[in-house]
Amino acid sequence: MLQITNLHASIDDTPILRGIDLTIKDGEVHSLMGPNGSGKSTLAKVLAGDEAYEVTDGSIVLDGQDLLELDPHERAAAGMFMAFQYPVEIPGVTMKYFLRTAMNSVRKYREQEELDAYEFLSLVKERAAMVELDTDLLDRPVNGGFSGGEKKRAEIFQMAMLEPSICVLDETDSGLDIDALRTVADGVNKMRGADRSFLVITHYQRLLTYIVPDIVHVLVDGRIVRSGGKELALELEEQGYALVEDGHPVDA
Amino acid sequence: MTPDPNAMLDQWAERTDYRWGFVTDIDADTVPPGLDEDVIRFISAKKEEPEWLLEWRLEAYRHWLTMEAPDWPHFPDRPWGPIDYQAISYYSAPRSDEDRPKSLDEVDPKLLETYEKLGIPLEERAALAGVAVDAVFDSVSVATTFRDKLKEHGVIFCSFSEAVQDHPELVRQYLGSVVPANDNYFAALNSAVFTDGSFVYIPKGVRCPMELSTYFRINALNTGQFERTLIVADDDAYVSYLEGCTAPMRDENQLHAAVVELVAMENAEIKYSTIQNWYPGDENGVGGIYNFVTKRGLCQGNRSHISWTQVETGSAITWKYPSCVLKGDDSIGEFYSVALTNNRQQADTGTKMIHLGKNTRSNIVSKGISAGHGHNTYRGLVNIRRGATNARNYTQCDSMLMGEECGAHTFPVIEVANDSGQVEHEASTSKIGEDQIFYCNQRGISPEDAVSMIVNGFCREVLAELPMEFAVEARKLLEVSLEDSVG
Repeated sequence: MLQITNLHASIDDTPILRGIDLTIKDGEVHSLMGPNGSGKSTLAKVLAGDEAYEVTDGSIVLDGQDLLELDPHERAAAGMFMAFQYPVEIPGVTMKYFLRTAMNSVRKYREQEELDAYEFLSLVKERAAMVELDTDLLDRPVNGGFSGGEKKRAEIFQMAMLEPSICVLDETDSGLDIDALRTVADGVNKMRGADRSFLVITHYQRLLTYIVPDIVHVLVDGRIVRSGGKELALELEEQGYALVEDGHPVDA
Repeated sequence: MTPDPNAMLDQWAERTDYRWGFVTDIDADTVPPGLDEDVIRFISAKKEEPEWLLEWRLEAYRHWLTMEAPDWPHFPDRPWGPIDYQAISYYSAPRSDEDRPKSLDEVDPKLLETYEKLGIPLEERAALAGVAVDAVFDSVSVATTFRDKLKEHGVIFCSFSEAVQDHPELVRQYLGSVVPANDNYFAALNSAVFTDGSFVYIPKGVRCPMELSTYFRINALNTGQFERTLIVADDDAYVSYLEGCTAPMRDENQLHAAVVELVAMENAEIKYSTIQNWYPGDENGVGGIYNFVTKRGLCQGNRSHISWTQVETGSAITWKYPSCVLKGDDSIGEFYSVALTNNRQQADTGTKMIHLGKNTRSNIVSKGISAGHGHNTYRGLVNIRRGATNARNYTQCDSMLMGEECGAHTFPVIEVANDSGQVEHEASTSKIGEDQIFYCNQRGISPEDAVSMIVNGFCREVLAELPMEFAVEARKLLEVSLEDSVG
């Protein structure tokens, strides 16, 4: 379970998040929507531990662990995964090598045995099939020369490999055509399960027809102003963010 | 200023004493600091060298006296004073086994920890740490096995001193044929006072049956600061030679001025790989080795091929340009380099590719990594001479910066005197990105591992040129050298 309480965060002394309360139970899929500049991506990065942001108040607890006490790589090991909106390239490092290092780092942290080459490769094969990722991509440098769709699919693939307990998808739908979007959503849906929860951040309702959320939250000016069922997303789609922008914060 | 006559007299008295000191005492293990012709005679006599070699040394010395130390390299942020050549002792015999630690238990645990991190094979650690070899394992028999195998193929692989005794005609034919004794200041000094090094001769049509590495690593620990290496590959021969070692080697000598000469005859190929990890000084730039090396290969024969690969992580100041003279038609010269500077280290390195023959090709890949207050300079020359019809060069020169205080500098020079030449130069400078590190972190990789992964990716093309087991060590070496460089 992920519990965010009264979270405040700023960048260069400018407050972005201004008191976020959000609880995501195991197995739930939440969606976070909101206009540009409302702080959606900031929340994702703060959860992952990006040091560019300063947490000024509040707490983040994942499965009883205080995430604010942990460095980004420790948070990952504790079960936090963020799919990047803009995955970076790492020249000269193959995706396979990168992932194997990542997996074994996480396993080491969790005091599990390292995967041997055979176990790793069989897992790669299985999970790549799950997200319909061409395994040839895995011998290329991390995100090097990947198309937009390939990058996002590779993010979901990494998620499937690392088996996190909370997955934060930061505008994974941006820049995807409808086919790519469907593939990515399929991958996510296959990973849904009782012990894994999701926070799907998106600007558009479109993604949510494929990844159907349990709860939708609307973020405006660094605060959650409204929460509701999946129909809230449709409502927003029809009426635009004007629906909430003028309004006052509404309790979930 | 008029010299004080008393002081001069004292000096003279000392010198006289000094002179007699070693002429009479040929069994001495060390000469007192200082350099003059007598010191050179002493070295030559100690080594029982033939007259021609002594003359060659003396000529080099006399020429050296007329030369001035170069002052053109770009070493910002690290003042280095003139070297006092009279303060150096030019001959000291290897330490005897009695002075050495008897077992690994007596060795500095810190050193052992580094060996561990670098993955140095267990059986080599003791030898590298200077443990009396007999106490560890029978290295003599290892060496003999190697030697017998090489001998079977007619390969000569021995210390330079042995070569002078056993193969004087080969040494005389090739010594100074690629790097003349008067080539440059440090090469002249080396020619005058070199103590030992390695000699390799691969006869016609022979492919050397093993990488010349392990043997070398264990046995060449006491070659001293003026090393001399000569490798000759005769027609259709092949050899891969590995110099140095990832293990940090203890050395009190500040100046290292080695000379390496390679000669490749028709259709021959020489691969020369170096890992250099001499003491770099502390984080404030105090101490450390000056590594001023002259390395040059001559592609003498048609279709000959010389390839230099280097991973330079050590030394306070590195100053070296492994070069190729592409004399034979269709000959190929290659240079692959990773130079990493951290703290106050300075590296000025690159290559010279001199195209003389027709259809000659050269390939240069240089990767410079600067961290801390380190500075990295690529300095290169691609020279296509008039007769070099259809010569080709490709140069790729990439720099990576870590932090705000370091620097990367590039000085490529291209001279083309033949219209048919084709020269390509690509260069890039990048900062190791915080976004890259964060991405790795988010996947569970620690900041240290992330940096080492990104750096290794950056150097991939060069590391791929190293023989497998060396490449593994080189990766770890980069990692260890960058420790504590991420904030």
